[in-house]
Amino acid sequence: MRPETPLLEVSGLRVYRGGVKVLEIPRLTLQDREVKALIGPNGAGKSTLLLALARLLPVTGRVLFHGRETENGTAALAYRRRSAMVFQEPLLFDTTVFHNVATGLKLRGMKGRDIRRRVGETLERFGISHLADRHARALSGGEAQRVSLARAFAVQPEIIFLDEPFSSLDPPTREGLTADLGRILAETGTAAVMATHDRIEALRLADTLLVMRQGNIVQEGPPQEVMNRPADAFVASFVGMETIISGEVEAVEEGTVTIATAGGYRLEAVGNRRLGERVMCCVRPEHVTLSPAPPASASARNRLGGRVRRIEPLGFVHRVAVDAGFPISAYVTTPALQELSLKEGSFVWVSFKASAVLVFPVETTPALR
Amino acid sequence: MDMILDGILKALCLLVTLDAEVRDITLLSLAVSSSATLVSLVVGVTVATAVALTEFPGKRLLISLINTGMGLPPVVVGLFVSIMLWRNGPFGFLGILYTPLAMVIAQALIATPIVTGVSLAALQHLPKDLRLQILALGATRRQMVWILMKEARLPLLAAAMAGFGGVISEVGASIMVGGNIKGYTRVLTTATVMETGRGNFEVAIALSVILLLVAFAVNACLTWIQQRRRPR
Repeated sequence: MRPETPLLEVSGLRVYRGGVKVLEIPRLTLQDREVKALIGPNGAGKSTLLLALARLLPVTGRVLFHGRETENGTAALAYRRRSAMVFQEPLLFDTTVFHNVATGLKLRGMKGRDIRRRVGETLERFGISHLADRHARALSGGEAQRVSLARAFAVQPEIIFLDEPFSSLDPPTREGLTADLGRILAETGTAAVMATHDRIEALRLADTLLVMRQGNIVQEGPPQEVMNRPADAFVASFVGMETIISGEVEAVEEGTVTIATAGGYRLEAVGNRRLGERVMCCVRPEHVTLSPAPPASASARNRLGGRVRRIEPLGFVHRVAVDAGFPISAYVTTPALQELSLKEGSFVWVSFKASAVLVFPVETTPALR
Repeated sequence: MDMILDGILKALCLLVTLDAEVRDITLLSLAVSSSATLVSLVVGVTVATAVALTEFPGKRLLISLINTGMGLPPVVVGLFVSIMLWRNGPFGFLGILYTPLAMVIAQALIATPIVTGVSLAALQHLPKDLRLQILALGATRRQMVWILMKEARLPLLAAAMAGFGGVISEVGASIMVGGNIKGYTRVLTTATVMETGRGNFEVAIALSVILLLVAFAVNACLTWIQQRRRPR
């Protein structure tokens, strides 16, 4: 198969503010239908990168869209008309929901009947048809952000840039919007770059995770890889050293599910998920117990044998990385470590309760996995 | 007391009977001040948009100059315009001193900083990412400016009314460059000054009542718009 031209290809991208370099991206590509999540602390340059990619900031370097330059005026406008952006604030216009969602279409010279049809479809897709005649200022925070997303998706962009779109919403609202966004991205096949503070959100939506720090990308890769094998201490501390395993729901019982993992292992978890649903399981290292023999306690429903890969001292505890068919980490205190006489390469039993497994649905495009 | 009552009665009488002279004075006042406001809107909103949307050295200084200009004394403007239009002044050849056109020019000079200042504040008050959001929706620069103005339409209307309110009640510049010529450049304020000087308080009161009514109408509109600003 010949390599296809990426949807977006960036090289030597730099942004200066007041003569100071605030962003430097030597190379970055976005494939068709790909969803990238940008994570990093405040001031890491996530918003700046989004604005630079959306061509809303003066930059040096190249941004190629379908292999073509986006630099000069008409090319930049054409590019802006095939992409869209949603900000943290909904930034709705002082008019009705209908006219807000119609704005991008009007700017492109679309006519009345086509606008009505497209806006109608988009509102329905976002479940806000009933709000069409409502004034934008009379909406709740969640509704307003839904309208903002609908306004961006109404123009059927090929790429959408999302700058922490859900960060000012309360958790239940956020949950609903994240799920809907995942569904709509998959349905429409829109590629996306999304800045977020929320690792779970990133895990649920993204094909690729991009960790930023001080205007640079410090690591890029599939979420599991970044979270399981952080490139350095900064990434590790930022993404958390969680164990992430992908799998599929194999059996559903009252309140518990059995998940078949990619490597042929079975995990039990607490939660309500559909049979056959693709999921990600996260286990925090503090919930993982290591023992020399299979644990007697019946509450630790998940037990696996594995070999110690690495032992890292972290102050009061040690982080023990075990290969149990997939990488899994545990925190062990110094006395316990001595008692277990753990060394790199030694065999150990790993156990954790079903309630320690956090299960998240995977809502990204399966094509990329 | 009788004098005031008589004045108000006389005013009502002049209003009800549509006294030709009072009517012409009122219409001229409205015509001159609306034209001046229109000119100041075109200039003021353009300048405000340019200043709000671009970054350049000295921007803060320019903004404080505009804000200072909002309190420009009409007599100073009157003096300046008089000198400019004086027979042997730089624009004396136009021969427009003591014409309604000269009054429009002077009043436009008074209203422009007011309109610019209020418009600038309105545009700067819009969320800072709004401009980027509009561009991200695929707007050209011109479309972006148009949407921004639509977003700021109510404060921009307030700017127009502030400008109009400033010039309709102004007397110094009008009398200096217009000359209060009967049937030609006499407006409500200059006529009031003259009638008061002559001791014709009834007529002065009548003219003042009309001026107050005009000012009240403008302010009522302004208040109505400001209240409508917040639905819910």
